[in-house]
Amino acid sequence: MKKAFPILGILTAIVLSYALYQALVVAPTEQTMGEVQRIFYYHVTSAWTAFILFFINFIASVQYLCRSNSGTDRIASGVAIAVGAIVVAAAFFTPVPSGVRPSAVATTGLLITGLYFLIHSRFSRADTDVLAMVSAEVGVVFCTIVLVTGPIWARPVWGIWWTWDMRLTSTLVLWLIYVSYLVLRRFSSSGETPLLAATLAIFGALCVPFVYFSIWFFRTQHPQPVIGGGGSIDPRMMHVLLINWLAFSCFAFLICWSRYRLEKLQREVEQAQAMESLTQSSRSPR
Amino acid sequence: MSAPTGITRATLLKDLRLEWRSKDAINSMLFFSLLVVVVFSFSFDPNAEESRRIAGGLIWVAILFAAIVALNQTWAREIRNQVLDAYRVSPAPANSLFLAKAIGNFIFVSVLEALMTPLFVVFYQLRPLGPVWQLLIVAALGTWALVVNGTFFAAMSLRTRSREIMLPLLLFPISIPALLGMVQATTNILTGEGARVWIALLLSYDLVFTTACLILFETVLNAE
Repeated sequence: MKKAFPILGILTAIVLSYALYQALVVAPTEQTMGEVQRIFYYHVTSAWTAFILFFINFIASVQYLCRSNSGTDRIASGVAIAVGAIVVAAAFFTPVPSGVRPSAVATTGLLITGLYFLIHSRFSRADTDVLAMVSAEVGVVFCTIVLVTGPIWARPVWGIWWTWDMRLTSTLVLWLIYVSYLVLRRFSSSGETPLLAATLAIFGALCVPFVYFSIWFFRTQHPQPVIGGGGSIDPRMMHVLLINWLAFSCFAFLICWSRYRLEKLQREVEQAQAMESLTQSSRSPR
Repeated sequence: MSAPTGITRATLLKDLRLEWRSKDAINSMLFFSLLVVVVFSFSFDPNAEESRRIAGGLIWVAILFAAIVALNQTWAREIRNQVLDAYRVSPAPANSLFLAKAIGNFIFVSVLEALMTPLFVVFYQLRPLGPVWQLLIVAALGTWALVVNGTFFAAMSLRTRSREIMLPLLLFPISIPALLGMVQATTNILTGEGARVWIALLLSYDLVFTTACLILFETVLNAE
């Protein structure tokens, strides 16, 4: 465990520098936007990483709440399997949007279930709380990167820093939801924090589809000319994008891991201090 | 009296009686939203055309801010004399208490809306171009969306430091889709466009979050 960390750190550094080289030198320059388009490789990959981390936060929070007794734990596991099965079935038996391969949808479904049981087997119930907190923290950092690089890209390309377009707005609302989650963690007293935070995380995750659809309705009624809409991507660019995503995922994993270890140690220290003060107060004469 | 509905009714009647005698929540909410209406009227020219486009947002923002007042004091009353602790150790189901509180807040905020709407109409010369009865549906669904989550988060923020500030911090981000729905539905009815989509959105929001609140409230009430 202790050896794996520096090895992974070195590997991440190598992948990150390779990805940087690919993004800045190898990737073709975009025709209309020019060099500024290269921020795309950081903007999009940060967004994907942030969404995955928020999803991990949701799964960890569900597990923290459900694993308190075996009945709800079994129900939650059943739901996780059912979700995977429904997504796989939907991929092959219902029409998927054009440009999306059914196998990709099916793989996503299997990954969701797999992630659920991976977390279930690798983390104890108390640890899922640490995992939820860490993934929310790192997710907010990556989401902030998205919100900062977005305007930097938008300014030379669209001519404006910000527009209330669908994706910008929904990412901002998502960021707000998870910041409020972190604020709750900061402000609540220690004992009840995990339960309250897990509840809020579930409310936040439930809110995400509503945020998405409401803003979609909102923007389809008042269309914005700024978004180019869809479009294909050069395969070389896609290649660089995926390498960058790998690098960013490794980087996020590394940060999460070290933050996780730090938080675990912190809790151990707090527990030890509490025990010490308890034994001292019982020993000392009145 | 031990049936869940009996407990809900008893708690609700107690809260209504308390409010009827003290009128704490309703007075402060009314005065607060009146201030909002007046202050907003300075920031733009309230002629008929302009107000129609802007009033939807105005009404709901005023009501949202005012509702925070009622929501914050929902549980504060039960902290005094350890009423909430007594409720926790009693065998009464947690959800009947939650429903009583949510319905109580719904009534308070609805009364506020009933009193404020005429004022809005007069101050901003509102004359809706769409069907008015749809406004009633939007008001009911929107108020419930605010109140059900608000009651839940008020119970949550009880256990935090500086709880009065905590409630809006938790409630506003989660309420953004509902708020967008209410504002858009109201504006569309006022300007005479269709509001079906937004009403459907509000309805599904209400269903999902009411279910979530009822499933999770017991955990929050008993959190130690």
